[in-house]
Amino acid sequence: MTSAPLFPHRHLLSIEGLRPLEIKLLLDMADEAVDVSRQVEKKRAVLRGRTQINLFFENSTRTQASFELAGKRLGADVMNMSVANSSVKKGETLIDTAMTLNAMRPDLIVVRHAAAGAVHLLARKIDCSIINAGDGAHEHPTQALLDGLTIRRNKGRIEGLVVAICGDILHSRVARSNIILLNAMGARVRVIGPSTLLPAGIEALGVEVFRDMNEGLRDADIIMMLRLQRERMNGAFVPSTREYFRFWGLSAERLALAKSDALVMHPGPMNRGVEIASEVADGAQSLIREQVEMGVAVRMAVLEALSQHLPRDPAPRMGGAA
Amino acid sequence: MIALVNGHFTDGSRGGMVLRGGRIADFGPHIRNDSVPEGAQIIDCEGDLLSPGLLDMQAFVGEPGGEYRETLASVSRAAMFGGVTSLLTMPNTEPCVDDPAIVDYLRRRAGEKADVRIYPAAALTKGLAGQEISEIGLLQEAGALAFTDGKKSIERAGIMRRTMTYARDFDALVLHFAQDESLRGDGVMGEGEWASRLGLTGIPWQAETIMLERDIRLVELTGARYHAMAVTNPLSLDVIRRAKQAGLPVTCGVSINHLTLNENDIGGYRTFLKVNPPLPTEDVRRELVAAVASGLIDVIVSDHYPQDVETKRVPFAEAAFGAIGIETMLSAALRLVASEDMSLSRLFEAMSAAPAKILNLPQGRIAVGAPADIIRVDLDAPYVVDALKLQSRAKNSPFDAARLQGIVKMVWVGGQLIHSV
Repeated sequence: MTSAPLFPHRHLLSIEGLRPLEIKLLLDMADEAVDVSRQVEKKRAVLRGRTQINLFFENSTRTQASFELAGKRLGADVMNMSVANSSVKKGETLIDTAMTLNAMRPDLIVVRHAAAGAVHLLARKIDCSIINAGDGAHEHPTQALLDGLTIRRNKGRIEGLVVAICGDILHSRVARSNIILLNAMGARVRVIGPSTLLPAGIEALGVEVFRDMNEGLRDADIIMMLRLQRERMNGAFVPSTREYFRFWGLSAERLALAKSDALVMHPGPMNRGVEIASEVADGAQSLIREQVEMGVAVRMAVLEALSQHLPRDPAPRMGGAA
Repeated sequence: MIALVNGHFTDGSRGGMVLRGGRIADFGPHIRNDSVPEGAQIIDCEGDLLSPGLLDMQAFVGEPGGEYRETLASVSRAAMFGGVTSLLTMPNTEPCVDDPAIVDYLRRRAGEKADVRIYPAAALTKGLAGQEISEIGLLQEAGALAFTDGKKSIERAGIMRRTMTYARDFDALVLHFAQDESLRGDGVMGEGEWASRLGLTGIPWQAETIMLERDIRLVELTGARYHAMAVTNPLSLDVIRRAKQAGLPVTCGVSINHLTLNENDIGGYRTFLKVNPPLPTEDVRRELVAAVASGLIDVIVSDHYPQDVETKRVPFAEAAFGAIGIETMLSAALRLVASEDMSLSRLFEAMSAAPAKILNLPQGRIAVGAPADIIRVDLDAPYVVDALKLQSRAKNSPFDAARLQGIVKMVWVGGQLIHSV
């Protein structure tokens, strides 16, 4: 007799649609995975015999490495496919790539794609479990989960905290996933940035909007900085990097405006001196390195939670008729 | 001679009609089974609606150059099933319709392949490039009924001004798709909460309204006859209202998609709902419907835009814009009557008499001597749309699997029965 799966979803496509209890479940599982990861012997057998494909249509070092480690620690066979330099460049469509992969019978596919909704499209065409590792400016659910885990482990809770998300909200899937997750878990979420980098109607997602960083940081418990892409710095959305840092960069002086025990986060990779000063990034209030560790743990938790839905071979029959 | 009896008209009155020599010879309550002229073939319409066939003034086809998407023959069949007896084709073909020889080709080809009346619109600027005035005079002589660059706006005001000034000399109708390219940018749906949630780039209302406002100023300056192809937000409605109050020769249209769908329908990135201009919010949709009901928006078009499925089976941001709609336009529009947002007579006016008037065509009305382009519609007959069974070559219908009402049972064009189910 098997009990019903605890995590009710077959895919992890977005934070949107997860109930608070489900998020909590994933965070609890991730807490356990942290302990596993800190042992000398890190290997478990949850995904033994399973195939995990990391399908990255956009270059990524840390997310891909993190998913790869997570899969391997759970015993899966992990294959990395960086599609930035493969047949997709030769004109193969996303759907064809999906069908090809599907024929190889993987159990889990981790996908990153530059277009919002691409992962949903794949999930409709593929039989196995899909994990969204970032789709355009839509969502990056495991990043929000690892941020939530990092906050919870350091503050003991998420509920009631004031979290300020700062920078390029417009193009950020990290911001969207975090806004939804933190709201669901009862935090008070603020977004701070120049209006050219704030999406229209963002208030409807349940955030307070600040254009002035000094105001927005007041009484913040958590400051989450976002990366500003290089191509957006030179007049397209903001006039220059020095002007950006002057008004929306996190300097030590500015950090002092937040609560004295405020903690600083960044999904990486950082542009030191553009959105964040080096002394802050490396300072005592920074959680940036811990976020990376939590990334592996959260991805282990997600892989394990989804694996509850994978089909199993029938148990071998013992002896004669029972 | 044909006598259609036992029908009703869009104003609710009952009666029949006599068709003779390709024209309407008589109509009204006195045309009954026992009073038809000697020798007439009698058709009992069983209480169905008898109305002028629809005139769709915005259909993209594909012939020449894009026959895999749609041909004149296939669009004609789709139109027939949808009760559309006349349609204006957009010049965005390959090659585009900027040469009198192509207008001539289209007219002859339509005569051979199509049962409904097909009128070509020609390019407003050469090569649809928005730079040089096309041969408006020669194209008009060849039979082009209106001038447009299709879904391409003429970005430069100076060029638009000269084009409109020149068009006025020929009393040519200018159809313009008003949308500022730089404001649209990479936008793929309406700017606002939904786009932000889905992580998609939005298009602000102002992309349409600013260009429209410019155009109206140029109508003031030039006196050209101007028709805005797509008016899809309250700001643009204000601009149109002011232009009409000022007595300018301005009309406008809206697509059936914008009257019957809203952006929530995009849901999980449904690319068949990716259209340009983007679908409105529900509040705005209601305003657009009210604007059609009041006559502020003159016409409803299908904005029929066939797309190969391969350009739609990709992520939303990469998918092509456009939806087919000529075959489902009438039954989708009847939802607006069922929801009591619009009278049946106004609905049909917006899809027949009003576009006919703008294009100076004699059809689209029931009057003695008018062309016998007539449809018989069972307004209450329900059906479920199956995109694969639609007549168009392309199957990109946003109404796939929708439950609609209203089946076109018979279609006459010039008094000839071309369709009967």
